[in-house]
Amino acid sequence: MAMTSLSSKITPEILQAHGITREEYERILEILGREPNITELGMFSVMWSEHCSYKNSKPVLKLFPTTGPKLLVKAGEENAGIIDIGEGYAICFKIESHNHPSAVEPFQGAATGVGGILRDIFTMGARPVLLMNSLRFGRLDNPQSRRLFSGVVSGIANYGNCIGVPTIGGEVYFHESYEGNPLVNAMCLGIVPTKEIVKGCAHGVGNPVYYVGAATGRDGLGGAAFASRELTEDSGEDRPAVQVGDPFMEKLLLEACLELIKTDALVGMQDMGAAGLTCSGCETASRGSTGIEMDLAKVPRRETGMTPYEIMLSESQERMLIIAKKGKEKIVEEIFEKWDLHAVKIGKVREGHMMRVREGEKLVAEIPAKSLADEGPVYIREEREPDYLKEAQTLDWKKLSIPTDLGVVLKKLLEHPSIASKAWVWQQYDHMVRTDTVFYPGSDAALIRIKGTSRGIAVSTDCNGLYCYLDPYEGGKIAVAEAARNVAVSGAQPLGVTNCLNFGNPMKPEVFWQFHRVVEGMTAACKALETPVTGGNVSFYNENPTGAIFPTSTIGMVGLLEKIDNRVPSFFQKEGDLVFVAGETFNEIGGSHYLMVIHQIQKGLPPRLDLDREVRLQKFLMAAANNRLMSSCHDMAEGGLSVALSECCFNPKGYLGANVPKLQRQNDLREDALYFGESQSRVVISVDPKNREKLEKLAEKMKIPFFQIGKVEGDSLKIEERIDEKVGTLAAIYEQAIPKQMTSS
Amino acid sequence: MKAAVLVFPGSNCDTDCFHALKDVMKMSVEYVWHKERSLAKVDLVVLPGGFSYGDYLRTGAIARFSPAMEAVKKHADQGRYVIGICNGFQILLEAGLLPGAMLRNKTLSFICKRVWLKVEDVNNPFTCRLKKNGVLSVPIAHGEGNYYCDDDVLKKLQDQSRVVFRYCSQAGQLGESFNPNGSRDHIAGLVSEKRNVLGMMPHPERVSEAILGCEDGKKIWESLLAEVSS
Repeated sequence: MAMTSLSSKITPEILQAHGITREEYERILEILGREPNITELGMFSVMWSEHCSYKNSKPVLKLFPTTGPKLLVKAGEENAGIIDIGEGYAICFKIESHNHPSAVEPFQGAATGVGGILRDIFTMGARPVLLMNSLRFGRLDNPQSRRLFSGVVSGIANYGNCIGVPTIGGEVYFHESYEGNPLVNAMCLGIVPTKEIVKGCAHGVGNPVYYVGAATGRDGLGGAAFASRELTEDSGEDRPAVQVGDPFMEKLLLEACLELIKTDALVGMQDMGAAGLTCSGCETASRGSTGIEMDLAKVPRRETGMTPYEIMLSESQERMLIIAKKGKEKIVEEIFEKWDLHAVKIGKVREGHMMRVREGEKLVAEIPAKSLADEGPVYIREEREPDYLKEAQTLDWKKLSIPTDLGVVLKKLLEHPSIASKAWVWQQYDHMVRTDTVFYPGSDAALIRIKGTSRGIAVSTDCNGLYCYLDPYEGGKIAVAEAARNVAVSGAQPLGVTNCLNFGNPMKPEVFWQFHRVVEGMTAACKALETPVTGGNVSFYNENPTGAIFPTSTIGMVGLLEKIDNRVPSFFQKEGDLVFVAGETFNEIGGSHYLMVIHQIQKGLPPRLDLDREVRLQKFLMAAANNRLMSSCHDMAEGGLSVALSECCFNPKGYLGANVPKLQRQNDLREDALYFGESQSRVVISVDPKNREKLEKLAEKMKIPFFQIGKVEGDSLKIEERIDEKVGTLAAIYEQAIPKQMTSS
Repeated sequence: MKAAVLVFPGSNCDTDCFHALKDVMKMSVEYVWHKERSLAKVDLVVLPGGFSYGDYLRTGAIARFSPAMEAVKKHADQGRYVIGICNGFQILLEAGLLPGAMLRNKTLSFICKRVWLKVEDVNNPFTCRLKKNGVLSVPIAHGEGNYYCDDDVLKKLQDQSRVVFRYCSQAGQLGESFNPNGSRDHIAGLVSEKRNVLGMMPHPERVSEAILGCEDGKKIWESLLAEVSS
C-alpha cells in the first residue's frame, strides 16, 4: 500500500498554524525519512504540544519525588497513579485543568473537564467515587467573573450530578489576576480492587482494537493545541475548539467499561481525551512496544464529510479505545450492546512499532508510535527572576496602623468571597450520592468511607496563589504542606499528591522562573512529608491581555484513615470543651488576606514554613486522632486565628460560641499578626476536659507548642477584650456573602 | 421481606438503595434491569434516583416506556408496594402511577442539602412506624423537584390525606422559606389512592446509617418491614 496523494505541500504557514517550529519539523522529516502529509503533521502537532508532551516542563517535573512503598503505578506511567491502601484495595487519583475551554465557554468547558478526569480514572479499572475541584476567578464584583463563576459551577454540577459521582469538596478563590482566565482544575479519585487494575497498553499481535462510546464529530478539533496558547481577545472565536459533554453517555460508558473489566476479554484500555484517536492509539502501542493499525472508515461519526485529519484530531467526548483478546470479541460486543453503545472493531495490534492509519484501502498516516508518544522535543527554557519580585516582597509593616475595631476587621474578612462560605457552590453539587460522604464540603478535608472496610479516604485541594506570586518557592512548599495539614487535621495520614500547575507563558523567562521555583518548593515539602507525586498536569499560557495569572500550583492531597471511627471533625462539638492552639505565631502579615482586604496591600514576604515543625505537627495530629483525644481540629489559613475560631463555631448542626479570654503572646507580636496573621503549622483544637492531660502530655512529648486559649461556651465569639460578636451574626455574614453578590447580577 | 431495585440506564442511586435495604436493613434485595418484562414476586419495588436516560426530553419521560415499567404497574395493581425516590418519583408521575408533574426548582438550580420534612400522614405502609406531625431530617438532591398539580388534584390529595411529607422548619412549621424548590402546598412526598405507591423527592437511603450523620430515613424502611411481617 502506498501513501496517497494527501501530501499537500507543507508550507511555513501550515507549520505556524500547527505551532510547529522549524527545528521540530526537521525532526519530523528525520523520523519519517520523508515529508509528512497534513494528517501526519496534525498528529505530530497535537502529540508534541505542551498539553500532551510536557516539552517545556519535563526537565523541571523530574525534581518531584515519585516513589514510595505503597505506589503501585507511578506518575507518568499510566493515565493516573495508583496507591495501595490495604484490604485488597487501591486508589487511583488525578487532577487536571480545563482552564482555556472554561474561559471561552464556562458551562461546557467545566463539564468536559469533569468528564475527562472521570475517564482518566475509570480507564484504569477504578470506579470513580469522588470529585473535587479547585477554581479561580476574577473579582466577584465584576459581572464577567460572576458569569464565568456561575457557568463553571453549573457545568461541574451538571456533569457530576448526572453521572452520579459526588463532588465532595474543593476551593474557590477570587482575585483580579484571574480576570478573563479562570482556573478550573477538576480532580477525581477512584477505588479499584488491586487485582483488577487495567493498563493502557496494547499487546498481543492480532488482538482486536475497539472504538467504544460516542460517535466522532468535529468538536474539540485541536483542543490540545488550543490549550497550549495564550488567550487573546479573539479567543471567543475558538469556540469550536471547546468540546461538548454528555454525562449520560459517559455514565453508560463507565458502567460498560467496568463490566468489561470483570471479564477476561480485556487487554488494555485508554480514553480518548486530548488529541483523541491519535493519542490513545500511539500511547497504547508505545506502552506495549507494539505497532497498531486502525481503519478510519469504520469510526462511527456524527458528521459527514470528515477528513482523516479531522477524525484523528477530534476531541469528541465520551469515547474509549479498547484492546481486547482475540477470540473474545463477542463478550466485548455484547456488553456494549447491553448499554446501547457503539463498539466497533477498527483495527488490530500489529508487529513492529508503527502506528498505521488507513481509510478503507488508503494509507493516510504511518508514524512510529513511540516517536509520537514519547519522543517529542524537550526544551530547557530560559529563566530569570521577575523584576516585580524585590519590590513586591518589600513591606515596611511597622508603619502600618492597627485597626481599632478588630470585630469589624473579622467581619470584613468573613465577607470576602475567598474566605466566605462556599455553600452556594457545593449545594449545587450532589455531594452525597453513593452514600459514602462522611464529612461534607466545608470541612478541612472531605472524607468518604469505603463500604465493607473500616477505612476512610480524606482529600483536600489547596493553593494560595498570592503566596506563590510573592515567593514562589515558599508558596509551593506551603501549598503542599497546607493540603497535607487539611488531611491530617481530620485524623488521616497523607499518602500522595496530584497537582495541577497553572502558570503563564513558559517562553517568558520570568514565568518559567516562577514555575521552576514553585516546583522546587513543592518538591521539598513532598519529600519532608513523604507524600510522593503520583501525577497531574501542567497548564501554561494562562494569561489575559494584562499579563500572567498568579502562579497557582493546585495540590490534590489524598490521605488514608485506617479506622474511620477515629475521624476528627473541623467544627466545635460541644459546650464545655477546652480550646487550644497548637503551633507558634510570628509577626507574619505579608501576603495575608488581612493585608489585602483591610489595607489593600498585596505585598511582603508570605509566612515562612519550617518543614520540620510541620512534619512534627502532623504526626502529633495523627497520634492524637488515633488515641481519640480531640473533639475537633481545624487548620488556620487565610484570615488567621480569628477566622479559624469563627469557622470552628459554625457547626452546621448548630452554632456554638467560644470564649477566649487570653491569647498566648510570643515573639513580640503585633495585635493584627496575632489575630489575623497567617503563620504556618498552626491549628485550633477543641478537647474534652477529660482528655486534656493526655493531649498536653502528647504535645510535650512531641515538642509541639500547645496553649489553652479558652472554652466552647455560649452563643458568642469573644476574644480577649477585642472581639465580642454573636456567632449567628458572624455566620450570617459568612453564609450570605456569595449569594448576595450572585443575586445582584 | 423481598425487594427489587430497578436499574435504568442513568440510574445512580440504585446501589445506594440496594446497600440500605440489604446491608443495613437485612432485606433480600435484587437488581432488575429496565429491559426485563416481568418482576419476581417481591414485596417492594424501588425506583431509585438518578438521571434515567440522561433526563433528556423531561425528567422520567423516557424511563416510563421501559419494559420493566409495565411489570411495575402490574405489581402496584396487585396492591404491593412501590417507592419512587427523586428520579423514581418523577418516573412515577410520568407513568401515571401518581398524579401531578415536576417543574424546575424555583431557584432554577440544582439543590443538594438536608431539609426538614413534616410527617403529615401515618396511615400508609411507608410511615406507619412514624409519629404524625413528627419532623425528619432527610436530604434532597434535584434540579426539578417543584411539584405541581391542578386545584382538583390538590383537593383530592388533601381530602384523601395522601400528602405524606411536606417541607417544613426544624420545628415543623410550614412556610415559603422552608420550601426549597417551590413545590405546591410544600409537598415533598405523596401516596397513591390505594396508599401502596409512594413518591418522594428526598432521599431516605442517604440517612439510614449513623456514620452518615443521621438515621431518620431508616424509619421508612422499618415501617415497611413492620407492615410486611404483620
